[in-house]
Amino acid sequence: MSEASPAKAYALHLGVIALLFALSFVLPDYHHGLLARIMVLAVFAMGYNMLFGYVGLLSLGHAMFFAAGLYGAGLSVIHLGWSLPLAFLAGIACGALLSLVIGLLALRTTGVAFMIVTMMFAQVFYLTILYFAAWTGGDQGLVVPQPARVLTFGATSLDLTNPTVRYMSALALFSVVLLITLAIVRSRHGRVLVAIRENEERTKMLGYDTFSNKLAAMIVSGTICAASGAAYALLFGYVGSSFASVQYSILPLLWVLLGGAATTLGALIGTVFMYYVIDIASGYTSAYLLIVGIALILLVLFFPKGILGTIRQRWLGWLP
Amino acid sequence: MHFGPHLLLAALEGLVTSAVLALTALGLSLVFGVMRVVNVAHGEFFMLGAPLAWAISTAIPGHPTVGFLTALVIAPLIVGAIALVAERLVLRRLNYNPEATIVATIGMLYIIQQLALSFYGPEARPVEPPFSYRILLPWFGYSGYKLSIIAASGLLLVATWLVLTRTKIGLIMRATQYDSETAQAFGIPVDRVYAGVFALGAMLAAIAAVLIVPISQAHYLMGQDPLLLSFIVVIIGGLGSLRGTVVAAVLIGLSDGIISVFFSPTLAKIIATLLVAMVLVFRPQGLFGTAPR
Repeated sequence: MSEASPAKAYALHLGVIALLFALSFVLPDYHHGLLARIMVLAVFAMGYNMLFGYVGLLSLGHAMFFAAGLYGAGLSVIHLGWSLPLAFLAGIACGALLSLVIGLLALRTTGVAFMIVTMMFAQVFYLTILYFAAWTGGDQGLVVPQPARVLTFGATSLDLTNPTVRYMSALALFSVVLLITLAIVRSRHGRVLVAIRENEERTKMLGYDTFSNKLAAMIVSGTICAASGAAYALLFGYVGSSFASVQYSILPLLWVLLGGAATTLGALIGTVFMYYVIDIASGYTSAYLLIVGIALILLVLFFPKGILGTIRQRWLGWLP
Repeated sequence: MHFGPHLLLAALEGLVTSAVLALTALGLSLVFGVMRVVNVAHGEFFMLGAPLAWAISTAIPGHPTVGFLTALVIAPLIVGAIALVAERLVLRRLNYNPEATIVATIGMLYIIQQLALSFYGPEARPVEPPFSYRILLPWFGYSGYKLSIIAASGLLLVATWLVLTRTKIGLIMRATQYDSETAQAFGIPVDRVYAGVFALGAMLAAIAAVLIVPISQAHYLMGQDPLLLSFIVVIIGGLGSLRGTVVAAVLIGLSDGIISVFFSPTLAKIIATLLVAMVLVFRPQGLFGTAPR
């Protein structure tokens, strides 16, 4: 990776954000709604990328962090009647706490064991949601009632069910997280993470505390995923156990692999691409899981660096 | 029913689960032991056995025994062939890299599941058992077929053990497991051993599914629970240890049977999964395994 001039990288990212902002005014209704959802899910992918792309830890259980945010925010609105900002923070706090606990346990393992342990913890989380169906709604899930999704600041009120408000809220979250990840990967801590990915023993020998660096990355990753989940619950008004299932642990992996692991913008590109492929394909066939499966195999076989990873390797070495 | 007979019934049900689980987990364990590949699609190879058994047994007219026995031979062979193709086309090209193969087998999981849904459909369909003799115990009658599952599984496990420990094929497999590079240097076709082991693992799972299908029904999602349970068994038993796998399968099957009779099955699964995750965190070599070299 060649040394990047910070201005170039920040300009590119601000350009992407500006483009998304502009798209809000030109997109037809259907794609407008879809893109809002994609931006929230891209935040999920960015959180996943923090751990998978930069630290090289392949987790098969990130759905639990997304679901922690989803249920943390959704249930505190539904059952406790909390206001939206408070509920959003509650979702994020749930994800941060969960990722701390899971990190302390799962990071004792490496490689294949780490994947299986994270998958099992996610399964426990999923089954727990089903077990407490009285509060979580189990399989059916719960709908966050529309009146609860209005944000009031004194005289002005923001209705999160309004498409434009929803789009802009999603964009705001996306932009903040994008800039945070950019700052993290350019920081000293981010470089240590990449060093751990490349050679953990050597990094340890150089005097870095690899465990606490990995734990920090895990918490950042889990918290970002929880923020995505919390936003999803509040913006789209639905919490359901399917978001905690194995499939939602695999999807961010697919998005990141497609867009390019360890690239800041890859998560967005992968999510947009895959979401549209599935959306278009489901117009013709209900067998969209087939496409997910084939995409996963083709990616690892022929295209392991993903879209942006390949572009960076061939042409744009400075891409963060 | 009183507590004693109730417990006996739960234990018998648990033993049937154990028998099927031991076969499935043995397949997973062999593939992991020899190839160091975590096969996430293993549950789908298990599942494939069931719709194939249904298709074969309904296609063959006459007494159900004929259809069932044909299915018991043909279905695993078909599944083995599918696994062989998957291994040649995908896993070998990835050089058996642990992380890439996990992603690839996740892909296979989705493909197989979706194809089963498209061609077989969402219905659960029964397969008639080869015989319907009931053994009368003093407290309740018990299906003779279920007892024969336990016997069949036991026979297959002993056969696998004999092959692994007493034959040249077994020696080659163990040599590959112990050190594939040295094995290769001694002229063992490691590449072909890998292909064979992957197919064998899938076939063991398919046999287990054919055995269970007369008492459970064939459904395209039936591979999910066995996958998780097999992981649990293989981890508890110690990755790649045959004896550990069998002991753990009996332990998990029995406790699963007994706990599900007396408590909520979801709670039983939560506790079991959590305990196993903890085993993996604090004792990664498994309860019966030896520390890795």
